Amino acid sequence: MSTATHAQTSAPRRRRVNLTVIAPLVALLVLIGIGMALNPNFLSYANITNVLARSAFIGIIAIGMTFVITAGGLDLSVGSMAAFVAGLMILVMNLLTDSMGPGLPVIALGIAVALLAGLAAGFINGILITRAGIEAFILTLGTMGIYRSLVTWLADGGTLSLGYEMREMYRPVYYGGILGIAWPIIVFALLAILGEIAMRHTAFGRHCAAIGSNEKVARYSSVAVLRVRLATYVLLGVLVGIAVVMYVPRLGSASATTGLLWELEAIAAVIIGGTLLKGGFGRVWGTVVGVLILSLIGNLLNLTDFVSPYLNGAIQGVVIILAVVLQRNTGAAR
Amino acid sequence: MKATLPIKATLVATTALLGLTAVPALSQTVGISIPAATHGWAGALNFHAERTVARLAEANPDMEFVLTTTSDPGQQVSDLEDMVATRGIDALVVLPFESEPLTGPIARIADSGVWVTVVDRGLAQEGIEDLYVAGDNDSFGRTAGQYFAQTLDEGAQVVVMRGIASTVDNERVAGFEAALEGSGVEVAAMDHGNWNRDTAFNLMQDWLSRFPEIDAVWAADDDMAVGALAAIDQAGRTGEMFVVGGAGMKEMVDRIRNSDPTVPVNVTYPPSMISTAIEMTVLGLTAGAPMSGDFIIASELITPDNAENFYFEDSPY
Repeated sequence: MSTATHAQTSAPRRRRVNLTVIAPLVALLVLIGIGMALNPNFLSYANITNVLARSAFIGIIAIGMTFVITAGGLDLSVGSMAAFVAGLMILVMNLLTDSMGPGLPVIALGIAVALLAGLAAGFINGILITRAGIEAFILTLGTMGIYRSLVTWLADGGTLSLGYEMREMYRPVYYGGILGIAWPIIVFALLAILGEIAMRHTAFGRHCAAIGSNEKVARYSSVAVLRVRLATYVLLGVLVGIAVVMYVPRLGSASATTGLLWELEAIAAVIIGGTLLKGGFGRVWGTVVGVLILSLIGNLLNLTDFVSPYLNGAIQGVVIILAVVLQRNTGAAR
Repeated sequence: MKATLPIKATLVATTALLGLTAVPALSQTVGISIPAATHGWAGALNFHAERTVARLAEANPDMEFVLTTTSDPGQQVSDLEDMVATRGIDALVVLPFESEPLTGPIARIADSGVWVTVVDRGLAQEGIEDLYVAGDNDSFGRTAGQYFAQTLDEGAQVVVMRGIASTVDNERVAGFEAALEGSGVEVAAMDHGNWNRDTAFNLMQDWLSRFPEIDAVWAADDDMAVGALAAIDQAGRTGEMFVVGGAGMKEMVDRIRNSDPTVPVNVTYPPSMISTAIEMTVLGLTAGAPMSGDFIIASELITPDNAENFYFEDSPY
């Protein structure tokens, strides 16, 4: 403790910042090293593709969550929202197949439904938080329950499955790709790059950080606080829609257990990546690293019998806590 | 306004009293408490419960049914208390969410003279319920294990996907392992897929990269089998192994009746057991025939020959 304080006061400012910046990267590299030692197939093309593609859903949602948290908000409804949007999309696509026959227009309309439903859901969250002044934690806790019930109701307690022909036609959106890189990975990477640019180099990103840091000061600096905050929830909703567009072709089904605990995984990834939970500072690339760390832990535990599978959650928990401990030294001064 | 209030209250009270006396003395109320439809099997359970209640309510006009669904043990206890306090139930059909926490509350209801039928998950203490209707978890695992032992050669590699860590899961796996004993079939890996499609998909992907040779997968539930099949298909390893799920999801039964080599058989664990329980309880109240005891429904092997009998078009599962 005394050495840490000493280092903080005497070392140059930039060096202290660098340490917390590289912490998630170091953790990621350590995990990759463990993976290589455990199993020769760890770095195989198939395993890397699997891990990256399955990270894409949480990853895409976590990018949106980074903006929401940076602006001092929170969204607990994204997992349920994803399940509901997926259920709705499958239902609409099945209905359209009956009347239009299987084909690309059905897929296009299905994707449109997912994106619009995500946007609408995000807008509802955002407008109630900003205009009705309901605490984000409470409101999204409410909508979390609502969407989860709605998908159970839509599925009649069972599972909503996409018709067989449509499933075959839509399948390549998850399993296909260009140059051997699967579509979910490409979409995730593109959105991460766009998100990083938006966070660092646009007025929107700066306004998010300003609001999260000090709402009053932001308002006096003529930042449209309510509108920016609303925009973060709408953006998150649309990203949930995009994640669903990639998720549905994987198993072609949605049920009441779809997207369970995704909200917590997304929030955990954001925090591991170095974004401050209390808002004011966010970084999208860190979130991407956080998502990879979380899914690598799961992957490694499945590749070995070394640790009891009961302890999977415990290991993820330790990583999350360590990440927050590391953050303690970075003030909200930025 | 002030004057009308007591009059209103008296009116309400007298109507209620009249209503009470108007009801025939034989009228009986059956309470049914089951887990909410949060996954495929529970969804089918709800489907069969609602169907049976509708049918029995029509057949017995003087009988009332109260159906509640819950998503956690605490809420189920509250539901049971409400049923006793406000509906005065004469019989209770309950699928306990968890055995331990519900044993006490159900014992108190049984002590008050209510007929109690316990479904599937037994209570932690014996002798509380009048009737016990359940699937056979040991048989569920054993039936699958016997098929593996008969079909696979010595030294064959099998991976096992378990459900959510629970006594149900432990009994099934114990039955499966007992059946494999001495067959020379090796369990290469065993892990929890939590009866969930996505978890099973990820688990299967990881196992496919870990093991160059897998001869068969026991997914222990059809939701997990769906995930496992998708991962095998993606890895281009269809044809190398077969997958046996369980519980008789209609998509799986459909594949079996079409003689799909990847899904050769399935093992039943019928969600329609709730219908058996409700029917027997009502029969016990009305027919005067003895209905108490244990009614254990064995798990059957679904093969291409008998698959037609296990296919329910309207069921959500």
